[in-house]
Amino acid sequence: MIEIELDGKKVEISEGSMVMHAADKAGTYIPHFCYHKKLSIAANCRMCLVDVEKAPKPMPACATPVTQGMVVRTKSDKAIKAQKSVMEFLLINHPLDCPICDQGGECQLQDLAVGYGGSSSRYEEEKRVVFHKDVGPLISMEEMSRCIHCTRCVRFGQEVAGVMELGMSHRGEHAEIETFVGQSVDSELSGNMIDLCPVGALTSKPFRYSARTWELSRRKSVSPHDSTGANLIVQVKNNKVMRVVPLENEAVNECWIADRDRFSYEALDSSERLSAPMLKQGGEWKTVDWQTALEYVANGLKQIKTNHGATSIGALVSPHSTLEELHLTGALVRGLGSQNIDYRLRNAEFTAAPKARYLGTSIASLSTLERVLIVGSNLRKDHPLFAQRIRQAVKHGCQVNALNAQSPDWALPVANALNAPATTWVQALANVAVALAAAKGVNPPAPGVADDQARAIADSLLGGERKAVLLGNAAAHHAKASSLLALANWIAEQTGATVGYLTEAANTVGAQLAGALPGEGGLNAGQMLAGGLKAAILLNTEPVQDSAAGQQAALGLDKAEMVVTLSPFKTNLDFSDVLLPIAPFTETAGTFVNAEGRVQSFHAVVRPAGEARPAWKVMRVLANLLGLPGFDFESAQDVLAAMHTGGVPAFVPAEHLGNASSAAIDLSPASAAPVVASIYQLDGLVRRATSLQLTADARAAASPQAAQEALA
Amino acid sequence: MSAHNVIDQFVSKGIETCFHGRHINPQIYAGLDGSNWRLKDYEARGGYQALRKVLGKDGSAPNPETGLAGMSQDQVITTVKESALRGRGGAGFPTGLKWSFMPRKFPGQKYLVCNSDEGEPGTCKDRDILQFNPHIVIEGMIIAAYAMGVSVGYNYIHGEIFAAYERFEEALEEARAAGYLGDKILGSEFSFQLHAAHGFGAYICGEETALLESLEGKKGQPRFKPPFPASFGLYGKPTTINNTETFAAVPWIIRNGSQAYLECGKPNNGGTKIYSVSGDVEMPGNYEVPMGTPFAKLLELAGGVRKGRKLKAVIPGGSSSPVLPASIIMECTMDYDSISKAGSMLGSGAVIVMDDSRCMVKALQRLSYFYAHESCGQCTPCREGTGWLSKVVDRIEGGQGRPSDMDLLDNVAENIMGRTICALGDAAAMPVRAMIKHFRHEFVHHVEHKTCMVAADVSKV
Repeated sequence: MIEIELDGKKVEISEGSMVMHAADKAGTYIPHFCYHKKLSIAANCRMCLVDVEKAPKPMPACATPVTQGMVVRTKSDKAIKAQKSVMEFLLINHPLDCPICDQGGECQLQDLAVGYGGSSSRYEEEKRVVFHKDVGPLISMEEMSRCIHCTRCVRFGQEVAGVMELGMSHRGEHAEIETFVGQSVDSELSGNMIDLCPVGALTSKPFRYSARTWELSRRKSVSPHDSTGANLIVQVKNNKVMRVVPLENEAVNECWIADRDRFSYEALDSSERLSAPMLKQGGEWKTVDWQTALEYVANGLKQIKTNHGATSIGALVSPHSTLEELHLTGALVRGLGSQNIDYRLRNAEFTAAPKARYLGTSIASLSTLERVLIVGSNLRKDHPLFAQRIRQAVKHGCQVNALNAQSPDWALPVANALNAPATTWVQALANVAVALAAAKGVNPPAPGVADDQARAIADSLLGGERKAVLLGNAAAHHAKASSLLALANWIAEQTGATVGYLTEAANTVGAQLAGALPGEGGLNAGQMLAGGLKAAILLNTEPVQDSAAGQQAALGLDKAEMVVTLSPFKTNLDFSDVLLPIAPFTETAGTFVNAEGRVQSFHAVVRPAGEARPAWKVMRVLANLLGLPGFDFESAQDVLAAMHTGGVPAFVPAEHLGNASSAAIDLSPASAAPVVASIYQLDGLVRRATSLQLTADARAAASPQAAQEALA
Repeated sequence: MSAHNVIDQFVSKGIETCFHGRHINPQIYAGLDGSNWRLKDYEARGGYQALRKVLGKDGSAPNPETGLAGMSQDQVITTVKESALRGRGGAGFPTGLKWSFMPRKFPGQKYLVCNSDEGEPGTCKDRDILQFNPHIVIEGMIIAAYAMGVSVGYNYIHGEIFAAYERFEEALEEARAAGYLGDKILGSEFSFQLHAAHGFGAYICGEETALLESLEGKKGQPRFKPPFPASFGLYGKPTTINNTETFAAVPWIIRNGSQAYLECGKPNNGGTKIYSVSGDVEMPGNYEVPMGTPFAKLLELAGGVRKGRKLKAVIPGGSSSPVLPASIIMECTMDYDSISKAGSMLGSGAVIVMDDSRCMVKALQRLSYFYAHESCGQCTPCREGTGWLSKVVDRIEGGQGRPSDMDLLDNVAENIMGRTICALGDAAAMPVRAMIKHFRHEFVHHVEHKTCMVAADVSKV
């Protein structure tokens, strides 16, 4: 540890730290633009110049290593003079856009100009102008004259997103930040550059000109999309969600969110929002009130139970639903005497598991992995924030091995990529196990041939100390998923790695714990979608896009006598009989359990639109109408509390989570490739987010077919 | 017209610049005539003898201290230190001291780099060295590499002198064929590979860390220091960078000893220095003279001020050095310490002479434009400040100056100095401050009368 004196205070900090780190620790603010704790040091804005005793010139705090006994003054005359001169230089070419600039009110240049700028300018020459650029539907680069060349966006692309999409071309006064000759910024993490940009050069295109930051209320929430459970700040004006930005949580999403989390809010006021219950009568949809709709559903369920038995009733639920919604839906189905409920809409195989499948390790630990094997996943697009953590691990020497149908660009070096058609993944993974067995002198769990790639992967996994075997969405939805899991377990055991699933959705782990799985004798999702139900309850899902059955789902559900769709949107119109408007995540309180088992609750940030109601309330009222006992809940918190004995934990207790498997290994090829959703087709919200659907990723995979072809 | 035809127009023939026979005690330019650059010519005038001496392959008796033939690494470095050779690229940093910064026992590759970017306006000495005496640079680099335990070196030659780059490549081939470069040189245990690389037209790539970035294939933008190249240089490895002329000085020092080199010049300023004299002189060219030669003598060698006009001002060390009025420079000797005491710097030794037909405002306009054009744009004070300075000087030269402009220029320049990532900011600021300091009356005249102090008929002389 080194001790320095900063503004008269003694500060102890580890060797190799910069003066800026010491200032952070001491709670002293040193003005800066280009420094960011998650990015490399650039030292080009020169705003953090401080007075270091014995140094002839002012030194940049972000790039000056601490030395024992160093005396630093951040507010001496010399320091202030330097900081003020830099501020003057920054303002001479900066356009006087504050009144029309989106960044106004949350602009670091404004804030520091108050402290270090003059009240008038002595620059009376021409200001240089930078032409606007079109880089895609998410980031607005209309006023690049505002850019102060801090290069945070460039470094973010290079270091965090893994693709350098923005660079600084030309030099001197003509230096400008742009993409390479007319290309767009396509990274799935690109929206973070909007947060990083200290001025109004990079702004949010969807949010442009819609509100001033001081008009917005800030409310905490959790992302309903992937299993990271990224913490969000949802900003609201007049009961409308205007913008979503990250809430810093070092252990989960650090200070980032994916574009999917950031821009999906546009779907919330889509024209497809369902604002009132609807009934299909005589082939026509009619708007009705809640009482009518719910009585219709209750009567229908009673009727069908009488005529066809309770086992003909079932619920297909989205794993993007909250714990409370899932729990009450399950309780309702079971209260009617059925065990037919399932969240595994895209699965091809339905094995019961003794414990909830999850990541197998903490999300934060992904950043420190030394060896990892990813099986059946488009890591970068399916789990942008997990991929970002692994990308950082690679910089510290982590070796990434992958088994996939193809090798999509993950913006990180992949040490060994084993490409095999998805239908043959069990054999391919068995080959890796065979190579491992040979290296360790043990019996392999299944026969196979250890080719060069398999041996390379095995060798890689035998090195290092912190290791993980991670199964992706394609592996989870695979027709031989249990065989893949069994092999993954064996490999993990032999190499000292953790084993787990990346898990597809915000509440995939939670769904397993909330009873959204069929009980003894119950139908699984595949059977229900194939036409096994006479009464189907669809919770927040659009089976044609969300299930493995695809178009066939519509035919299967057509066989039912009553299909009740609970959704924020007008959807499933062809085969539904009742549409009940429910609240999306912003309009309801709820809880998600993320991939690592972290229990994260959130409140509603706006009132439900139109006649929409939180789904858990709909279930409560429906259960009351059906005369089912035990549904007297006043709040979502009550529901959550009722699910637990002895208080709601912050993390799911370890005894409920586990990835062990004793399944047999079936080496025969699967009959078809697994069904996966591409990044912007994952759930109903994302599919209706207008700006996200204009991105390169969305346009490339406009149909589920395109995603499937990738697995052939 | 082929590319070579175009290039030929700019190839130095050397006739004007360094074969004039008016050097004083030259070491680097001695005996050159433009055609005798080849290996055999170089060896005929004693070339590679210094290398043989260092490696113990010259047949002399073993060293009494070590019992081995040749010089040890420490001995070479000490010799260079005692010679008071100082960096000839512009900073004048003691070369032996710089060499001693390299880590001795480093478990990885170290690099030696020659900075032949020669971008400082007014400088053309390195071009002639590479064109007409390339082997002296090669020999100097091999000796330096030996002293610091380096096995790979690069000579970064700026792209505008492509013919010199091609010439140097030819010389490298000759040296390799003769066994002066490669594995186990001259049968010793020392191996050294030397390569040439060329730049793509940026002054900023003469800055050592920007040069390293360019060599690595990246945009030529300087790195912040610390860390210094001796700890984190080319590809992150310990690297020493020296100027062409600095390396060219090494063989003479080894052959004749540090004392002799020191005595060529004056205390703390050893050896000879090549001055690229340009501007209002009768015979502009490269002049190699001993350190400490009076400026008046150098001016005389260059034929004196042209057409018998009066000397007005001299920029003694390349455009980045502060201008000195005639009265001051005529009292100076040409060495680091004397020029520094006079308020300027010896820099690269590019002496730009201006007579009384020159308007100082116009001169500053051209200089400021250069720095605004060449600024890399990375850091705020230089990127914004050089543009600001250039625009204000433009205004004054164009007859739209304001009375407050002189103080404004001085203050803006002062605000740039010491606050940038590299010295380009200082290099842009110092000429401005010096011009205002010594020739303020000319600027005032431009503002008040909207014309030059130099009469129109005089300025067209």
